[in-house]
Amino acid sequence: MNNSLKLNHFDSPKRKLIVPILLAVVALVVVLVLYLQNPAVTEAVLASMIRQSTPLILGALCGILCERAGIVNIGIEGQMLLSAFLAYMTNVWTGNLWLAVFVGLLTGAVLGLLLAFTSIQLKLNQIIGGTIINILAIGLTGFFYQVGMTTKGKISPIALPGLSEIPLLGPVLFNNPPITYIAILLVIVLQIVLFNTPWGLRTRAVGEHPRAADTVGINVFKMRYANVIIGGAIAGLAGAFLTLEAVGSFERNMTNGRGFVALAVMIFGKWNPIGAWGAALLFGLANAIQTQLQFMGTNIPHQFIGMIPYVLTIIVVSGFVGRSRPPAAEGEPYEKE
Amino acid sequence: MAEESPVSNKLKRFLVNLSVPVIAIILALIIGAIILLTTGVNPLKAYGALLRGAFGSPIYFQRTLEKTTPLIFSGLAVAFAFKAGLFNIGAQGQLLLGAIISAFLGFSIKGLPPALHVFIALAGGGLAGAMYGFIPGALRSFTGAHEVITTIMLNYVAINITDYLSDGPWKDPAPSNIVARTQLIEESARIPFIGPVPVGFIVAILISVLIWFVINRTNLGFEIRTVGLNSHAARYAGMKSKLIMVLAMVISGFLAGIGGAVETQGIVYRFQPGFNTGLGFDGITVALLGRTNPLGVIPAALLLGAMKGGANVMQFDARVAKEIIDVIQALILFFVTADMIIRWMIKARRGVEDEVTLTTSWGQK
Repeated sequence: MNNSLKLNHFDSPKRKLIVPILLAVVALVVVLVLYLQNPAVTEAVLASMIRQSTPLILGALCGILCERAGIVNIGIEGQMLLSAFLAYMTNVWTGNLWLAVFVGLLTGAVLGLLLAFTSIQLKLNQIIGGTIINILAIGLTGFFYQVGMTTKGKISPIALPGLSEIPLLGPVLFNNPPITYIAILLVIVLQIVLFNTPWGLRTRAVGEHPRAADTVGINVFKMRYANVIIGGAIAGLAGAFLTLEAVGSFERNMTNGRGFVALAVMIFGKWNPIGAWGAALLFGLANAIQTQLQFMGTNIPHQFIGMIPYVLTIIVVSGFVGRSRPPAAEGEPYEKE
Repeated sequence: MAEESPVSNKLKRFLVNLSVPVIAIILALIIGAIILLTTGVNPLKAYGALLRGAFGSPIYFQRTLEKTTPLIFSGLAVAFAFKAGLFNIGAQGQLLLGAIISAFLGFSIKGLPPALHVFIALAGGGLAGAMYGFIPGALRSFTGAHEVITTIMLNYVAINITDYLSDGPWKDPAPSNIVARTQLIEESARIPFIGPVPVGFIVAILISVLIWFVINRTNLGFEIRTVGLNSHAARYAGMKSKLIMVLAMVISGFLAGIGGAVETQGIVYRFQPGFNTGLGFDGITVALLGRTNPLGVIPAALLLGAMKGGANVMQFDARVAKEIIDVIQALILFFVTADMIIRWMIKARRGVEDEVTLTTSWGQK
């Protein structure tokens, strides 16, 4: 890598914040105008935006942790899919939703361990390692899934007392099921952990310049393992969200590319949790509008509306909406001297 | 240091390269057997039925060859992109477009002599795939967008496009038809057979040889391989590495598109959504199992084609869900790529040939 010697100097924080803040203000004004005109639909679309963005932000957080530590994780899709399946099966067998969420977390973590092992220990190409996880997940879930299983229900929303009474904000933000709340909390927690704690500094050092990190006594392998496994667990939570909170059942290949869209969300968010959350909300909104349009019935064939998130992803990763720089040492195995 | 004779050295390297895929297949079959045992199926019975279903009679054998043909093309597509250091996960989308365009040319043009019609529909499918391969190639070269993400996204776009076409303007107008599919293609566009051997299979083998020749014996092939190994060095040596990357994706897309066209004109005789799902992803397994060597792709495709061809008989005779094939395939892919494990097992870390080099970062640097 040509610029691997430069450490991570992102743009100065002040300049970086102007555009997002401006966008947020514009978005807020638009939402208010729409709300005054048609409260019910606006509320429904925004609530749907939050729901649609949850698996994306969780997947993106997984990607951020892995890539900040220098491991490219293209297997998020597979981690989500297998976690979604096993969480669902646990719900079918035991009916215990919390145990099911735990199994989802665990599945994601184990697949994270597999990715870490192949890329750190075996020094296997990380893109291929992730692809194996994806294909393995499709194969295993396809083989073991049987149609017609029933569950004892899914996780229901918890209305936060007081907050959920606020007009517009209440139903959109404060009347959600627990994994959605956890996702929002995780965004804030990881933002602080990555940029304001020794752990975060070490993680970023390992992803930017592992040799330097090694020299000052940071255990590169340990940091990479830990981050990829924790990231995997978060992707597992995204899978659990799909079967336990959003849909309530499993279908073959139900992740439908969300793991890859999550990578675009990560890039769009410039490898920052808060930035990624903004990007996830944007993608969530695109999905929500798509559903709303289909619901209202338009002349546009639904396939064209269905393409929107994917085309948006291509535009984002092509850098047509602002360039961003990935961690310098990402994708390269580290060898001790 | 003792000199080894070049011939025995070469033979040894060949054997090492051969042993990795073979051991990978055996390991995958063993783990597959364990999974079958846990679901209460006798794995020997299942594998026996699979083998019988693939090769047990001329008709079964013909079906195996039919299934193999598109796999050779999608395997070649992925392998070719690998040579330029690109991971074309989008073979699936390129293949879908190739399949539907070839179906369109197959049913809309009437009254052509068979040989010409077959050729036109095949070429149309290939060109559609090539154009669809151009998009991620150009994005990769000129904006730095990583082809893995763009091609996967384009796969979903292709699914939507083909769904729309086969359920909209190109939908089978027969009054009895209620599903999304095109009408049957003309007889003249169908790929003929010589005995049990589909002509498409022979063409696939010829094209494999051609691709092998292009990669290993031509200037273009040399440039592609150099770009694949180190695009900076290639640019330094005066090669137009960006254009070469685009060209590699275009050719890769062309091969995938032909794969879809062969499926349409040789097996299904129409385009129907869902009939060729996974063929592009199988191409990844085929390419890596064949060590990204165009000639290695042929036996690899035959193995997967046999598994697909035999799957129905296995499902019927041994009562095993067909999806076990996907599991075994994923395991083969795992062991063949994690070949460090196997090389460690056979104590042969040397002699790595046809190693895949890929760029990993998202490129926006």
